[in-house]
This record gives sequence, C-alpha cells and structure tokens, in this order.
Amino acid sequence: MTKNVLLCGVGGQGTVLASRLIALAAMEKGMEARGAETIGMAQRGGSVVSHVRIGGEIHSPLIPYKAADVIIGFEPAEAVRCLPYLKKGGCMVVSPVPIRPVTASLTGGAYTGNEMMEYLKQTVDNLVVVDGTAICAQSGSPKVLNVALLGAAIASGLIGISLEEMEQAILKRIPEKFRAMNVTALNLGAASEHV
Amino acid sequence: MSKSFLMGNEAIGLGAVRAGVQVVSGYPGTPSTEVLETVAKHNPGDIYVEWSVNEKAGMEVAAAAAYTGARAMVTMKQVGLNVASDPLMSLAYVGVKGGMVVMVADDPGPISSQTEQDTRHYGQFSKLPVFDPSSPEEAYEMIGDAFDYSEKYHTPVLFRPTTRICHGCASVELKERISLPAPQGFVKDPDKWVIFPRLSNANHKMIEARNPVIGEDFSTYRFNLVHREEKETIQGIITHGISYEFVMEALNGYKGARIIKISTPNPTPEKLMLQFMDGLKEVMAVEELDPVLEQELTLLCGRHHLDVNIRGKLTGDVQCAGENSVESVQKVLEAYLGAPYIDYLESLSAGAVPDMCSGEAAGAVPGMCSGAAVPVSLEDSHPTPSLPVRPPVLCAGCPHRSSFYAVKRAMEKLNQELPDGQEPVEGVYCGDIGCYTLGNAKPLDMVDTCLCMGAGITMAQGMQRVEPHKRYFSFVGDSTFFASGLTGIVNAVYNEANLTLCILDNSTTAMTGHQPHPGTGRTMMGQVVEKVNITKVLEGIGVKHIRTVDALDLEQCVETVLEFSALEGVKAVIFKAPCIAIVKTTKKCRIVEDRCVDCRTCINEIGCPALVLDQDTVRINPGLCTGCGLCGQICTVDAIEPVE
Repeated sequence: MTKNVLLCGVGGQGTVLASRLIALAAMEKGMEARGAETIGMAQRGGSVVSHVRIGGEIHSPLIPYKAADVIIGFEPAEAVRCLPYLKKGGCMVVSPVPIRPVTASLTGGAYTGNEMMEYLKQTVDNLVVVDGTAICAQSGSPKVLNVALLGAAIASGLIGISLEEMEQAILKRIPEKFRAMNVTALNLGAASEHV
Repeated sequence: MSKSFLMGNEAIGLGAVRAGVQVVSGYPGTPSTEVLETVAKHNPGDIYVEWSVNEKAGMEVAAAAAYTGARAMVTMKQVGLNVASDPLMSLAYVGVKGGMVVMVADDPGPISSQTEQDTRHYGQFSKLPVFDPSSPEEAYEMIGDAFDYSEKYHTPVLFRPTTRICHGCASVELKERISLPAPQGFVKDPDKWVIFPRLSNANHKMIEARNPVIGEDFSTYRFNLVHREEKETIQGIITHGISYEFVMEALNGYKGARIIKISTPNPTPEKLMLQFMDGLKEVMAVEELDPVLEQELTLLCGRHHLDVNIRGKLTGDVQCAGENSVESVQKVLEAYLGAPYIDYLESLSAGAVPDMCSGEAAGAVPGMCSGAAVPVSLEDSHPTPSLPVRPPVLCAGCPHRSSFYAVKRAMEKLNQELPDGQEPVEGVYCGDIGCYTLGNAKPLDMVDTCLCMGAGITMAQGMQRVEPHKRYFSFVGDSTFFASGLTGIVNAVYNEANLTLCILDNSTTAMTGHQPHPGTGRTMMGQVVEKVNITKVLEGIGVKHIRTVDALDLEQCVETVLEFSALEGVKAVIFKAPCIAIVKTTKKCRIVEDRCVDCRTCINEIGCPALVLDQDTVRINPGLCTGCGLCGQICTVDAIEPVE
C-alpha cells in the first residue's frame, strides 16, 4: 500500500532533507520510494513542494490530489495552498509561524498566518500544530524545525514508519555533531498534540 | 547490489560514470545542472569534467574527445541547445568514433525556462537518434544504452529527460562500472573529419539510408514497450517520458486499452508502432511539449493507408502547453475511454483504493511552483482565505538589489537636478538571464527586457538606433558575461553604441546553484587557476571607461552611475560583492525603535524579504538579515544600525 507524504514550505526551510529522511527510512525497510523536488528559480523565497511516495507500485513521482496521507506544512499559508492534496482522513502537520512574503509587506497586507491556522482548524479533522519555536529552543538549534515536523508526522501513524526507524535514518544520514539535537527535535515533535 | 535514493540527474550522472564516460562538459541550466555535478562529485579520478564557458564550447569539447574514440558527454538545458546548435548540426554529418551523448533537459511548464521547446524536434531536425527516459532508474540504464548506440552507428545521440525525471527521485540499483579499452586516439583523415560540401552531400545520403536501419533496431529496444490489453479493444494510447508514468498511474490497473511507450522518438521504431496499431481504430497520444509521436503516427497511417484515428494535441484532446499531471491525463482518458474506464475507477474507490482525484482540481498547476495556484475549497461553508502570493525574490542581502537600486536612484537624481524646462531623461533597463532577472519585481522594477543569454547588451544597441535620446543600461551577470556577453560588447564598441554596461559580479553562477566560471579561478577538476579578469577583458575590447564599485556602497554606486551614464560611448560599471548564499556573514541590522517612525520607506523602496511589516510596525527578521546595510543607507531617520 502506497503512503504519500507532501512537504510544503518556502525555499530554504529544509523540506528536501526531511523528504530524503522519509525515503531513506522507507528504503531501509525494503520499501520502494519515489519523489520529486522543486529546484530552480522558485527556491529563491518562493513556494516549494516535495513529494514523497513509499511502498507499493508507484508510477508518478507527484502525489495526485486528495491522495496525501500526511501533509507537512512548514508555513501556514503554504499548508493551506497544498490542502487539496490531503486525503480524506489524512493528517496535516503544520508549523504556525508565518513567513511574510515581500509582496504582503509592500501592499501593507496584514498576513499574520492566524487566518490560515483558523481555516485549517475548521476544515482539517486530523490536525497537529507543532510549536517549532519552542522545540528549536529546547533542541538548541534554529535549524531543526524540519525534523520536529517530521516527528509529528511519524507520530500520526499514517506513514508506516516508526519513530525508532526514523531515528535510525537520522543517525545514518546526519553528521555526528548534529545528531543529538535532531533526535531531540524528532521526539519533541512527536509529542505534539492534536488540535 | 544495494539501492540508493537518487535524483534523476544523479542517476544520469552515475549512469554515465558507469558507462565509462571519459570527458564531460556542459553549461549550467535548470533542470540539467546536477548531471555534470554528479560526475564531478563521483569522479573515480580518470574522468575529465569541465563547466565550459557556454553550451557551444561544451559541445565542441565533447565532440573532439569523441573523435579520439573516448566516450564523451555534454550537458545543458533545452535553450542551451539553441546556443550549441551550430556545432550540433554539422557534427550530425561528420559523426563520431567514441560514444557521444548530448544530454539536453527539457522543461515542460515551463518551470525555470524561457521556452517550452521540445528537444525531440531537434532530434528530427538534426536527424540524430533521441533517447527519452521515463524515470530515474530507467535513465540510469538508458544513458549507457545511448553510448552503445552512439558507437554502433558512429553518431552523436541526444538524451532528453524532462524536469520531472531530472528532479524526480527514485530508488536506483547501482551497478559495476563497465571497463572499456583505452581509446584508439585521433586518426587523421581529411575525408572524415573536415566538413566540406562534398562530404556533407555524401554523408547526408548515408544518414538518410542509416536512420531507417536505426528505427528497425529501435523496434526491439528494451525500453520501447507495448502493454497488451486484456479484453479486445480498438483503442490505444501512445505516450513517452514522465507522461507514461502519469498514464499508468491514472489507469490504475485498467487493462481495456493497448499502450505503447516510445523511448526513442527519433528515428521512430516504425515496425513496433505498426504492430501496436494492428487492429486498433483509435489512438490517443499523451505527450508533453510538442505532438511529436502524434505526428509520426499520423504520417505512418497515411503512408500505410491505415484507418486509425490519431488524436492528441492536434485534435484538442490533450492540452497544447504546460506540464501534464495524473489529474490532467485522467481527464483525457475519461473522455477517451468512457464508461468502462470510469466504472472501473469507481469500483476501485468503492473499495480500499483511495479516490485519486476529482475533475474539479484538474486545472490547478501540479507542483504549484509559481505559488500562484489557488486551492479548491474543501467545504463551501469555509471559503479559502486569500493566500499571499509568493513569487521568487532576490534574497535578503543580495548585492543585485543594491546595484539595481543604485541605478534607479541615479536616474531619479539626474532628473531631479535637471535645469527648469528640460525634458526628463528616460532610462531603459535591459536585463538578462540569471538571478538578477528577479530585479523586474516591484518595488525595484528595473528589468525592462529579458530575452536570452547575453541579449541585454545587444538589445540596448538596437533600441538606441531608433530612440537615441534615452539612456540605456545593460545588466549582465559575471557568468553570463563570459557565456555570451562578450560578442555584444565588441559589437557595441565597434559600432559606437552609447550604453552603460552594468556588470553584476557576484563571483559565481548563482541561479543554478553556484557553479564556478572563468572569473572565479576554480574548475570542476578542483584546481585553482588564474582568474579571467573582467576589467582586463573590457580594456582589451576597447571600453574606455571602466570602474569597479562595492555593490553594497550605495552612495559610491549612485555617483558612479551618474558620472558614467553621462559619458559618450560604451562604459562599464562593475558592481562587485559576493553572492550572499556563498559567504558566511555574522552581521545583522536592527531597528532602533525609538527613532523608527514606521514610514516604511525601507520596505517600499527596496523590497528586502528580511524587512517585514508586523501589524503596522516595521521589523527586521534576524533569521534572514545578512547585515548588508542597504536599508540603513536609505533610512530617512537613521533608525537602522548594524549589530555584529
């Protein structure tokens, strides 16, 4: 059975590493993996999306609409933008911290992210909000938001990879001096509560 | 053998290494760049790898290496092939001895390109064999086949993946490197290597006779596949590349149509295509970019008097432009295959298999790279909040922002200081290809034209022949300067044009991921070499006025632009500061709150992503700020200061 995980955010937030970790953990279990990344001009502060598909017979590297078991939203507006991908009963994991685009500041637009979070709360049954700011502070690095979100996504139980298996993938893939902080972030993320 | 999770471009690069490639050249361009980088990264030590100055140079380097009998590859994106088309067309007549693969990545969408051109057409135009992979794992194998066929028929071959192959990822089984005998070396033979009309005429005939033989050979090629139907049918589907995967995913096991996947669109495997059409009355061509296979099938039907209705882009059944997706393909197949297929899908969704997609969402952009796509509201009771648009922007601290702003400011200053009654001077800003094309975005709004690599310099010349009273500025990056800027500058000096050349020198090829170029003093073989000095090059061409300025020193930049743009002839201002993505900076700026009056001048003038409006207060995002200090230089109340 194919599991689909979509990761969305803003260029530079670390979606690619998180998607690679999911694929690696799946391959360690002998599952097939496929995916696609956004590379090129959009990486310069634009919207980016990584698709990961594991297990079963997979053809397209892109997840079809309404087929994502889990969406990992690194930013609230990007999470809403990708909501059409979420499967019925699928889980949305989201960081509530907005990244304000230049266009919003220029037009005096009041984008705060709150309206996006409200919308997600109203429309998504299975929603997990990850307090990335607190977890980054506790883990001792501002760069572990991606792994904290990954922890919550794994804890949803919808990806078919256990927390221990993901921890192994982190130990294998991430350089030694960053391992401890990432494992801490993974576990703190996994403890995030449903809304 | 263990499996690795690889991006398509990594698979292609590793496949070429495995196939014994000895010389690899290329010019960076999305989505092709990582192929050459992968070869360099996994170089066993006996492969020569270079970023060439442009695609034409790369093509010639690779071709000559293949003349010696070595296996060679040149990599580029589709528009790069336009630059390299001169050597390609002649090389097709001359041929090669060692295997030569011309790896050209196409970009349906387009996602990061100027055009949606289809390299399969270049294959037909140049009469060269084309390989078109459907997945990273297939590409890994196919690149080796491409070298084999190239050697078998003594011809360069095109290898054409598309973005979703290049930047798609899959688990790929890596194999042992093939061991090849040492190349024979270049053997002089004027009747073979020197192109003259007589040789061209003879070889043209040879190629026309050879290509049907290759087509016959391709009819049994391992990656040209036919999936037979399980029930009798008169309907077929012809497809290729990533669209084949979309077709298979959309069919989801449905076996009521015959399917053919063509991995060698030129020369077409006619025999296989005729076998495929046997008994069919209709074929739907599901293709991306141009209707190449659709036209080939139509021709084949005409030539063989077959009563088969060929449909696709030309009949309006398949979208004529943009990327395909599982959703768009499913929509085509629903209309084409009708009730049996729709019923089949419904029977699946009634069971455990998820509902894949709905027609209503099919129009949205897959991947949503533009950030402009608007999701379909899930529940009518909850209208989707309006989403902030998020186009790509120049990074916080990018020196290009400061350079563009300085030119803008200089022209404003010029006009403010004009004597009464004098007509204002209009500046025309000709841009070019690179990160700095993003200078077109508001509030900078400083790119009036962008056509192709190097064109900013020459376009400023054409316009002034009609409107000489305006002031012309040509913006060009350092990598583009070397790739195709020089010719335009020589043209300007020779023809006595009047323009200010603004060279945005950030010491790298930034947009494609920071590749070295002649001005950086580094090569892909890891050597430190003498830098090609831009100032000396300009002096040599005969540019009389050249000045290098610190791109982040606004006042110096503005004064220099004012002074230089008033001079006659060709003059050059080199705005120098390294790309912010390749230098580590610990500097930040901060807002002195009791001085800031929230006038928003900083935000409205330069549009830096680190400057944000939080309610009505201007703030600096310390996570993005690099301390470039541009905002501090324009603050009207001196409320922004550096912090170490």
